[in-house]
Amino acid sequence: MTDVAPTFTASDSIVAQGLTKSFGAVRAVRGLDLELRRGSTVALLGPNGAGKTTTIDMMIGLTRPDAGTISLFGRSPAEAVRAGMIGAMTQTGQLIEYLSVRELITMMAAIYPAPLDVEEALQISGADQFADRQTRKLSGGETQRVRFAIALVADAELLVLDEPTVALDVEGRRDFWSAMRAFAARGKTVVFATHYLEEADAYADRIVLMSHGRIVADGAPTEIKATVGGRIIRATLPGVDLATLHALTGVTGVDRKGDAITLNCSDSDATLRDLFATFPLIRDVEVRGAGLEEAFLELTVDDEATP
Amino acid sequence: MIELTYLRYEVLRTWRNRRFLLFSLVFPLVLFLTVAGPHKHVMVEHVSFPLYYMTGMIAWGTMVAVISSGARIAAERSVGWTRQLRITPLPTWSYFAAKIFCGYVMALLSMAVLFGAGSFIGVRLHASQWFVMIGLLLFGLIPFAVMGIMFGHLLKLDSLGPAIGGVTSLFALLGGAYGPLITGGFLFKVVKILPSYWLVQAGKSARDAGGWPVEGWVVIASWSLVLSVLAVRVYQRDTKRI
Repeated sequence: MTDVAPTFTASDSIVAQGLTKSFGAVRAVRGLDLELRRGSTVALLGPNGAGKTTTIDMMIGLTRPDAGTISLFGRSPAEAVRAGMIGAMTQTGQLIEYLSVRELITMMAAIYPAPLDVEEALQISGADQFADRQTRKLSGGETQRVRFAIALVADAELLVLDEPTVALDVEGRRDFWSAMRAFAARGKTVVFATHYLEEADAYADRIVLMSHGRIVADGAPTEIKATVGGRIIRATLPGVDLATLHALTGVTGVDRKGDAITLNCSDSDATLRDLFATFPLIRDVEVRGAGLEEAFLELTVDDEATP
Repeated sequence: MIELTYLRYEVLRTWRNRRFLLFSLVFPLVLFLTVAGPHKHVMVEHVSFPLYYMTGMIAWGTMVAVISSGARIAAERSVGWTRQLRITPLPTWSYFAAKIFCGYVMALLSMAVLFGAGSFIGVRLHASQWFVMIGLLLFGLIPFAVMGIMFGHLLKLDSLGPAIGGVTSLFALLGGAYGPLITGGFLFKVVKILPSYWLVQAGKSARDAGGWPVEGWVVIASWSLVLSVLAVRVYQRDTKRI
C-alpha cells in the first residue's frame, strides 16, 4: 500500500479539526476544519457573530475549544505562545500607563526570544511618529498602531490580527495594510479577521468566509466569486418583457431600469448564447463577475434559515 | 529567570506612579517626623518611642507598597493588558513575580527613608541589628505581597483604592503601627496572630533578641500559606471563564 506524499507537513501549517465552541446557548463555532499554509495571508471574513473572533481566540490559546483540535506548525496553541511563535492583536484592549510608546515596545520586545528591532517595529507600524509620547496620551488610532507594533515586535511566525482597522480612518487603514504586507513579505503567516469585504479582497491571498460559526466558502478571492458562480450581464434592450428574460437559460434574477436590463446568472455563457439567439438586436452587452459583496450576501443569507 | 529589561520597566512604571510614593513613603515619613519627633526620649514597651514608631510607620508604608503593587493587576486586567500578556511567552508566575519585586523595591525605599529619618531623630542600632530588622520586615511582608496579587484578581478597579486603604489601615491599627497596644487581655492574644503585629515588632525583636520568637515566624508563615492558597483559588476562578 502506498501513501500519497503530503504536499506539506503539519510543522508547516496551521491545522484545525472539528473546532467547536459554545458560550451558553450561543454556538459560536460549529465544527470548523481548516488548514492554512505557512507564509500565506488569510482573511477570515464574515459579519459580526460569524465566529471569527472565537476562532482566532482558540487559535492563539485564549479560549479552549469545547471539542476539536488546533495545531500551529505542529504545536498546541499554548506551546506556540510559549515559544514566541505568535504575535497577535486582539480586537479590544488598551495599553498600560506610565511608559512612553518606545519604552513599552522595548519592554514587550524583551519577553520574546528573537524580537524585531524596536525601532523597526515602531517604523513599520507608524508608531515612530509619537514614540516618545506617554501611552495614556494617545488617540484611538495611535493606540491601534502601538498595539500593532506590539504584535510586530514579536517577529513571530504567525501574525494574528482581529479586526485591526476598526479604529482607523481611511488613510490609517491604507497605511496599516501596506505595513501588514511589508511584514508578510518576510515570509510570515498572517491571519486576519475582518468584515470589510474590500480588505479581504485586496490584502488576502485566501479568504475563508464564515457565517454562523461555520465556513461557508474558502479559497482565493477569485475562487470565492466562482463558488457562487455569480456573473452579472448588463445590456440595452428596449421593450422586453421581464418574464421572457427570466425564462432564459441560467438566469437567477432580473432587473430593468428604462431600456437597461440587468441579469444575475448562474451560468453566464449559456445565458449569453440564449440571449443573442433570442434578441439579435441586443447591444451594449457587458459581463462582469459578481463582487465579493454579492457572493457574501448570497452565501450568508441562505444560512440564516438553517440554525 | 525574569527578563531584566521587562523588570526594569515594571519598576520604572511603579516609580512614575506618584500615588505609590505618596502612600508608601511620604505619608509614613511625615507622620513619623511629626509624632515621634517631639517624643525622642519617651520609652514604650521597653523600647524608645522613635524606634517603635519608626518600625510602625515602616510596617504601614511597606504594607501599602507591596499590596498596591500586586493590586495593580486589577487595573491591567480592566484594560485587557493581562489578556495581551497571555499571548506572549511571559509566564504568569513571572508577571506576578515582577509585581512582587516592584512592591519590594518600593518597600526597601520606604525603609531606607524612614531609617534615615529614625537615625536623624536618634534611633541607634548596630549594623547587625539593622540588617536583622530588614530581614524580618522583608519576610513579614510576604503575606501582604500575596494579598496584593489576590486583590488584583478579586477587586474591581473602582473599589481598589478604598479596599487597599481600609485593609492596610486596619492591619496597621490592630498591629500597633500607629501607637503601642495595651498588652495582656483577650484582644492582645488576637492581635498577636496578625502578621502586621510582627512587622511592627521587627524593630524591637531585632534589637533585643536577634529575631522574632517562634510564634512570630509561625504567624507569618501561616498567613503566607493560607493567603497563597486563597490567591491561587481566586486566580483560577478569575481566569476560568475563558
